[in-house]
Amino acid sequence: MYAFTYRRPGSIEEASQLVTEAEDGKLLAGGMTLIPSLKQRLAQPSDLVDLGRIPGLAGVTEETAGLRVGAMTRHVEVATNPLVRQHISGLAELAGIIGDPQVRNRGTIGGSISNADPAADYPGGLVGLGAVVRTNRREIEAEDFFTGFFETALETGEIVLSVLFPKPLKSAYEKFRNPASGYAVVGSMVAVTDGGVRVGITGAAGFAFRWAEAEAALGAEFSPGALAELDYDDSELNDDMHASAAYRANLMRVMTQRAVARL
Amino acid sequence: MTLSVSLTVNGQAHSAEVEDRTLLVTLIRDGLGLTGTHVGCDTTQCGACTVHMDGCAVKSCTVLAAQADGAEIITIEGLSPPEGPLHPVQDAFARSHGLQCGFCTPGMVMASAALLKANPDPTEEQVKLGLEGNICRCTGYFNIIKAVMSCAAKTGAA
Repeated sequence: MYAFTYRRPGSIEEASQLVTEAEDGKLLAGGMTLIPSLKQRLAQPSDLVDLGRIPGLAGVTEETAGLRVGAMTRHVEVATNPLVRQHISGLAELAGIIGDPQVRNRGTIGGSISNADPAADYPGGLVGLGAVVRTNRREIEAEDFFTGFFETALETGEIVLSVLFPKPLKSAYEKFRNPASGYAVVGSMVAVTDGGVRVGITGAAGFAFRWAEAEAALGAEFSPGALAELDYDDSELNDDMHASAAYRANLMRVMTQRAVARL
Repeated sequence: MTLSVSLTVNGQAHSAEVEDRTLLVTLIRDGLGLTGTHVGCDTTQCGACTVHMDGCAVKSCTVLAAQADGAEIITIEGLSPPEGPLHPVQDAFARSHGLQCGFCTPGMVMASAALLKANPDPTEEQVKLGLEGNICRCTGYFNIIKAVMSCAAKTGAA
């Protein structure tokens, strides 16, 4: 690991200032991606700004518009939280199958979405559930938050404070996990809402996206069979050692069908 | 740069000067001499370094010592008193021969103890999922799962 300066701000304002003023500052949340990257010398930040001591960033609260999940809420807390399990069971399922237990005890929702790994679970969940990301500067719709391969709409010094999830009528998450890493080869969040069916896909492309054709097909007939004849143009999908683009396109359908079958 | 961290390890208060980049496992092993916590990989996959931090199983190779400032840590050395008796999970691993070379065992035991604390009566499937963060290269999983299941039955009956 290359040397860096560890910073421990007591407020979001201080954290934002520290990371902005640093030569090459990085925010540290749960560290489940960042610390392994540092250990392998894949990253060499000058400063690590630890968000772990800032009060009020963790926990789930109920609001009129839905459930607000604080940025520093650990995956295990989301997976076991009674409000999440009651109102957004698909989100609890998703959080409960991220990585492994030790990772879920440390990893956070804010860290996961800010890192925006194309194979991470939360991005597909946020997009599928129509979540809104609240930062220290603004609110960003999930679909506008993920902008590319490990890229988000976040600006320098902008920090995720929480994610607001509207309550769907019902929701389910299914993923085909890479047997070694646990990451999603493809994951699908299906949410039935007052506004229609939403399908969020992760793992398949450079970043999470809504699968509009599946949403339309399921809107007409909500059954696994409604997706049977649906083909996805795989020319833009990831094609790597883990899975071909054509296989990922097929997994999109199969994972979505499995989620629908449980709803 | 160095910084000062204070933490409680196995019930004993410690203070140490560490580098900003020092990992918790490095502090535990090199700083405090508690070498029961092992480092099996450099990629956060194997779980041999699992300790309990404020009651939760964590991979101590993926936590900075600075992040653990103020935390309560339990390592394999602190799971049961030195004069005994063994923790039920340690005892179960011994009885079921839940190890071959023993390198992964400290992490397996700490992960299993946390698993049983959260879910005292798990199914075999839940045990397998609960130990997903721990790798055994002797492929001794069969007896490891047997050990945890036997322990589960025992705590369930108690």
